[in-house]
Amino acid sequence: MDVEAAKLIGAGIAAIPLAGAGVGLGLIFGNFLAGAFRNPSAAAANQQTMLLAFALTEFTGLLGFVIAMIILYAF
Amino acid sequence: MFHATLPTLGGHGLQAAGPMEQFEILPLFELTAGGVDISFTNSALWMVIGVAATIAFFTMATGRRALIPGRLQSVAEILHEFVANLVRDTIGHDGKKFFPYVFTLFIFILVANFIGLIPSIPGSPHDLHTFTTTSHIIVTFALAMLTITIVLVYGFAKNGLKFLKLFAPSGLPIWLMPILVPIEVISFLSRPISLGVRLFANMLAGHIILKLFATFVIMLLGAPIAFKALALFPFLGAVAIFLLEFLVAGLQAYVFAILTCIYLSDAAHAADH
Repeated sequence: MDVEAAKLIGAGIAAIPLAGAGVGLGLIFGNFLAGAFRNPSAAAANQQTMLLAFALTEFTGLLGFVIAMIILYAF
Repeated sequence: MFHATLPTLGGHGLQAAGPMEQFEILPLFELTAGGVDISFTNSALWMVIGVAATIAFFTMATGRRALIPGRLQSVAEILHEFVANLVRDTIGHDGKKFFPYVFTLFIFILVANFIGLIPSIPGSPHDLHTFTTTSHIIVTFALAMLTITIVLVYGFAKNGLKFLKLFAPSGLPIWLMPILVPIEVISFLSRPISLGVRLFANMLAGHIILKLFATFVIMLLGAPIAFKALALFPFLGAVAIFLLEFLVAGLQAYVFAILTCIYLSDAAHAADH
């Protein structure tokens, strides 16, 4: 196979973590909303934790992006 | 690589550059010291602009120090209060001395992220285009290393060797130690990497997507007349991404600050658990 073609395929495969990050983010926001609707008075106090979890989860998706960029540009 | 895939669009006065071109570091004044290239670059220029804008803003906002704050003073007070609450809630009593550091970090990243969202003046030379300093891993990684260095120095200074209890939580069965301690060590070592890469990758990805949508608009405008109207859709997409990027710019500065606080809190309370 051509190296350039293999690179492009590899970069495409490296985008798969996005699926996991998407599921994870959906779980975080969905569960936060479910909890917030049950007890709205406790929602504000937990927002910080929610945003933190969002950032940590998003990172897994971004790692895939970084790997794709490394495959495309660093080799 | 992207250059090859994009058609040249002469004749329309529009030029489609590759999505990576916006991250190019260009020297404005060539400088060398002892064989090391220390040129004043566009990255440095926009950092200086960001810091100057911040200093100017806070000097103006806190200049009058009225009992009933005006508009500018309110903004400064809200920012101060926001970070002060963050530091107090996460680090606790020991957090006060870290407030200046966390506040500086937060404001610097916030301003750098927002400066990157300002559109460049059309027709200005390439090396004066607005530049997102936080889209370069060397900048974000330097900030992350600064945080981790402070955590290490402060942790060992405050707790002595008890700081190492961070890697071996008390109340742990002894047979779990060989498994858990390496995991804790690896998670600690990956902190600067994740801290730096998170901010860098968020900024890079956002700006690349923004540029790609803008490129679609230009490509469609260069297409035959029947397709020109379709350019509206990527344009609306670019507007939506731009709004999202505003959210991300604030959120990432917040996340960087809060993670710094959590790591500092670990260092401050390592001997307690």
